[in-house]
Amino acid sequence: MISVNKLFKTYGKKTVVSDVGAHFPAHKLTSLIGPNGAGKTSLLMMIARLLEPTHGDIFLNGNSIFNIRPADYAKKVATLRQAPGFNLRLTVSELVAFGRFPYSRGVLTTEDYRVIDEAIEFLSLGTLRDAYLDEISGGQRQMAFLAMTIAQQTDCLLLDEPLNNLDIKHAVQIMSALRRLCDEQGRTVILVVHDLNFAANYSDHIVAMKEGRVHYSGSVENVVKKNCLQDLYELNFRIARSEQGYLCNYFKPSGELK
Amino acid sequence: MPLNLFAMFIVLCAASLMVGAQSLAWYEIFSLSGDAWLILTVSRLPRLVTLVLAGVGLSVCGVILQHITRNKFVEPATSGGLDAAKLGILIALTMMPAIGAVGQMLFALVFCLASSLVFVAIVRRIQFSNTVLVPVIGLMYGGVLSAIAEFYAYHNNILQSMQGWLLGDFSKVIEGRYEIIYLIVPAVGLSYLYAHRFTVLGMGESMAASLGLSYAATAALGLILVAVTVSATVITVGAVPFIGLVIPSLVALRYGDNLGRTLPIIALSGASMLLICDIFGRLIMYPFEVPVGLTAGGIGGVLFLVLIFKGGR
Repeated sequence: MISVNKLFKTYGKKTVVSDVGAHFPAHKLTSLIGPNGAGKTSLLMMIARLLEPTHGDIFLNGNSIFNIRPADYAKKVATLRQAPGFNLRLTVSELVAFGRFPYSRGVLTTEDYRVIDEAIEFLSLGTLRDAYLDEISGGQRQMAFLAMTIAQQTDCLLLDEPLNNLDIKHAVQIMSALRRLCDEQGRTVILVVHDLNFAANYSDHIVAMKEGRVHYSGSVENVVKKNCLQDLYELNFRIARSEQGYLCNYFKPSGELK
Repeated sequence: MPLNLFAMFIVLCAASLMVGAQSLAWYEIFSLSGDAWLILTVSRLPRLVTLVLAGVGLSVCGVILQHITRNKFVEPATSGGLDAAKLGILIALTMMPAIGAVGQMLFALVFCLASSLVFVAIVRRIQFSNTVLVPVIGLMYGGVLSAIAEFYAYHNNILQSMQGWLLGDFSKVIEGRYEIIYLIVPAVGLSYLYAHRFTVLGMGESMAASLGLSYAATAALGLILVAVTVSATVITVGAVPFIGLVIPSLVALRYGDNLGRTLPIIALSGASMLLICDIFGRLIMYPFEVPVGLTAGGIGGVLFLVLIFKGGR
């Protein structure tokens, strides 16, 4: 389990994360939601140790993460960020193999190959194994990066907007894969996501942020509520709940919703 | 390792031994007649070794710099590294004329390393801008360093002898004057051991960090290896441009960027390309020679342009 205590991040006079305390339950899928500039990505990057907090502490299973060596942390927590500047010509399987870097440092064992094959199989990327990353679609690329993160075999996965720029089919594929990682493999997944409907339908737990603070945090039923979301986004919401799940409707401004 | 590439490399090595102002036939080598043996051991073999090591070293340097800066158009000649090394030699020559080749190389090494660190710091600040902008900045930066060197040389009345290192030239490589080039062997060996780490560097700082790799330490090691190779090359043969840029890009098109797998291919291709440039330079106005800096600059420059147009596609 990951917990965050009195966390601050400031740049000069600007505070992007302010007095944040939150719990991310183990073996569950937690979505970080909130408007742009809420500090979601900053919080995630601090948990990933890619950003130094100004104050506060972060705990992984009760130990401060800053006491863990970076090389060991890479075996406990894997991070997937968007990679717009990624320009290496690697094949899908070569990329996934780099997920084993924390363990093998380059020299792959048969165990490593087994994990790589498993990760590729898990996301049904078998047919793309030998395709170069710059020759496949954005959605397939994102799946390949996710496979690399899975191959890192960490208890916890952090993902920053993994659905960005994806079509709905790939978005559903990614979210169901994350769901299966929690349910079948007992991993802890934390992701920043903008699409409320994906957050509502695929998460166990939601942490909602606004202006650097946590406004709501809890199970999906407790956060995906009309008054919470309206407060968060300053939009009118209509939330329908059926056997197919949640549907948050915010597309028409006030009054036009019938 | 592709066999045809290896075969081409062997043929080029043989050709390089055969070509020269003094004609040399196969049977003379095997009969070990005095003259042929002398030419071979004093001039041709040292030259071949230097060519191969310089080609290997420069192409490996190029690809390491490209992974550190995450830009395919960076190499020692487009990042100020060569110019800094020349400035270092110049300062060594004027401040401590008696320091000798090894001392001069150390100066070149320190200057090259310092200038690479500055260049990487600049590039990291402008990381997400245009890819062609980075080598342009590198060329400008190199231009400034070069201008300082020229002004300094002019001031000390050694502008003429400075031309010697401006242009890569293998004709002065003879027994007893080239051995520093062997420093490239351990540098390239280490690069190969660290090939996977350099590939991870190429994925960017945050991805390297989340894979548990220390970015700063690995990048620093890479820059040291580059500085060793560049300074050893400049002190032995002078500046040879474009090899480090063209070869890694061509190899990446065909074999990808996974250095653990492609580094031997890059090394062999770099050596082959430099051998071709040198043989060409020795034959074009036989029995005189065109310095390899010119032929490599010409052939490499054209390939560079082709790559830019292909890259912009």
